[in-house]
Amino acid sequence: MRLNAENVQRARDLIAIYPRPRSALIPILHIAQEQDGWLTEDAMEHVAELLGLTSAEVYGTASFYDMLFTEPVGRHLVSICTNIACLLNGGYELLEHAEETLGVKPGGTTPDGEFTLEEVECIADCGRAPCLAVNWRFFGNVTNDDFDTLLGDLRSGALRETVPPHGTLNRVRRDLTAWAGGVPAAQAARQQVEAKWAAAPPPVSSPAPATPPTPPPPPGQAPAIKDDRGERQPASQPASEQAADQAATVEDKGDTAK
Amino acid sequence: MTVTNAAPIVTRRHGLPEAWTLKSYLDNGGYTSLRRALAMPPEQITQEVLTSNLLGRGGAGFEAGRKWGMLRKAQPVYLVVNGDESEPATFKDHMLLENDPHQLIEGVVICAYAIGAAQAFIYVRGEFALAQERLQAALNEAYQHGAVGEDVFGSGFTVDVVVHPGAGAYICGEETALIESLEGKRGFPRIKPPYFPAAIGLYGAPTVVNNVETLSNLPWIVENGGAAFAALGQGRSTGTRIFSLSGHVNRPGNYEVEMAKTTFRDLIEHYGGGVRNGRQVKAFIPGGASSYWFGPESLDMALDQDVVGKAGSMLGSGAITVMDDQTCMVRAAWRITKFFNRESCGQCTPCREGSGWVEKVMRRIEEGAGREEDLDLLVDVLDNIAPGLSWPPQQTTICVLGPSIPSAIMSGLRMFRDEFLVHIKEGACPYG
Ligand SMILES: Cc1cc2nc3c(=O)[nH]c(=O)nc-3n(C[C@H](O)[C@H](O)[C@H](O)COP(=O)(O)O)c2cc1C
Ligand code: SF4
Ligand code: FES
Repeated sequence: MRLNAENVQRARDLIAIYPRPRSALIPILHIAQEQDGWLTEDAMEHVAELLGLTSAEVYGTASFYDMLFTEPVGRHLVSICTNIACLLNGGYELLEHAEETLGVKPGGTTPDGEFTLEEVECIADCGRAPCLAVNWRFFGNVTNDDFDTLLGDLRSGALRETVPPHGTLNRVRRDLTAWAGGVPAAQAARQQVEAKWAAAPPPVSSPAPATPPTPPPPPGQAPAIKDDRGERQPASQPASEQAADQAATVEDKGDTAK
Repeated sequence: MTVTNAAPIVTRRHGLPEAWTLKSYLDNGGYTSLRRALAMPPEQITQEVLTSNLLGRGGAGFEAGRKWGMLRKAQPVYLVVNGDESEPATFKDHMLLENDPHQLIEGVVICAYAIGAAQAFIYVRGEFALAQERLQAALNEAYQHGAVGEDVFGSGFTVDVVVHPGAGAYICGEETALIESLEGKRGFPRIKPPYFPAAIGLYGAPTVVNNVETLSNLPWIVENGGAAFAALGQGRSTGTRIFSLSGHVNRPGNYEVEMAKTTFRDLIEHYGGGVRNGRQVKAFIPGGASSYWFGPESLDMALDQDVVGKAGSMLGSGAITVMDDQTCMVRAAWRITKFFNRESCGQCTPCREGSGWVEKVMRRIEEGAGREEDLDLLVDVLDNIAPGLSWPPQQTTICVLGPSIPSAIMSGLRMFRDEFLVHIKEGACPYG
């Protein structure tokens, strides 16, 4: 389904927040998923229209992310972690119990459309392993009995408040009145600041690092880039900001494991 | 939270009733650091952070103050907050976001002021629904309070802060992949150089990417001074740090302890209540799934970034997973390998193909269908991903996900080769 009027407005509000419209893509896809429970073709096409993208670009991005579904899912997405901390605490046994109880394998949906079961990677609740999430609301230290009780509560609607339908993520909206005049004012303020910067350099003047050693060149060959899993373009770089030459001298060992 | 020899910094308000609300935050000293910071010249804040020697808490442990100083001098400048936490067994940012979102917002505005950013984006892992709700609610309150937005506290400084949800992809925690994702694309890491965020980051502009915990330290540092932070810990490992303790311990959880002055044993025995069921530590993972494992002989090692680095592993994301003497090491190594295989973004052949190969071989051994030659095959394939299998690993790929793949298997092979052989020869696991 295409986005309804309210969601179109939410999408427009989001687009206005970002310096470039495309940054709103994933947040808007979450809205589409909230509306329909998954991403329909119509919705993706509509999102593409709103952002001035092609449907292929929207689909190509959506398909990269585990949380975005381009096929229907159950009302309750049950995501069970089996990564290391959960493995050590019975995550696989819990998953097995879930498979037996629901009668589906990971990736499957129960015939009544209530539950889709997933095996997932670490969901950052490892202190309460084994743990799971339903529609991304977390439950820790889950025993088989807890699991059965949980299913019952989800079926009966007892947890409707804590566990909204699949696709509903963040129920708190950005307060548009926080800036006098709403989002357009936020943009105006951003432009005002950017204009100020254009006039004077930004106040960044901490001590320059002692001439940094350039990171060691990768041994042997250059990074092997394979693009059969989708478009890989050099990062977009507006003409006004082209500075690759300067960049090459900047050291940021951000991720070089030490 | 457990008491440490040094008082906690970033978790000090956890456990207070409704610690995530503005009221609670203000009642407990919130936003006074921001007022103080706005009265200082921006360079002085960066100087305090340099003095504190605050190391990034996201995994690579780079000095935050130095990173800010490396920004290419151009406008605009962006601040991007990494709240994508998905390194297996790491769960501290999740807790910080849910329990003290105002502390993060205060840190973000302080940092934005120091580096001259007019817009900051807090990239929150998509799965963290409650964290997104609490953070957005806190942000709305902070705007109303005048702590974010136009003319913050009447200082003339203006900044807009955006809560941005991810959508499920481990690789988006890598800072350049995160930027791509924030631009509305697939999370493919960019090639560095030239795409160091400080030079060419978000929309091509100079960008600081810092972790949630890193920035959550800023209000305390501004309040108490960088020297007070540096007085905690030792050497380059200053201040306190949250460690996520998981696995076979009696009290798993997040513990904020003084760096360098605390050991793995303190953490596991004192804070974690020791190994469950009176068992012994067989091995532990010191810094997330990407790190090399240690045996019980390393329990007295200090939680010091450089000490652990010299010993052949890393503190990484601060995630410590304990495995007791009944753990099947083949299975543990296989599961971590499966994770990397699933999360490889596929741009680099050694990472994409290699992770698939070793996962298959590990699964075969784990299921009792392995051959003795498989052990050499594993080493051979891993050596293709990170030549030399050294620490720190050699990198032939675009990002360090690839070179992190060997850690688990090589740890298992070096420490527990016998166990692999039993699986192969007897076609079964000695631990059932
Ligand atoms: C594969 C991969 C995953 C990463 N995941 C995260 C993450 O979830 N959170 C994080 O803060 N840093 C993560 N990092 C590290 C970031 O790239 C970056 O170094 C960090 O966000 C910088 O912030 P800091 O200096 O404050 O630590 C990851 C790095 C790699 C290579
Ligand atoms: S190393 Fe792996 S995850 Fe990193 S860019 Fe290459 S293929 Fe992607
Ligand atoms: S390993 Fe299961 S939640 Fe982290």
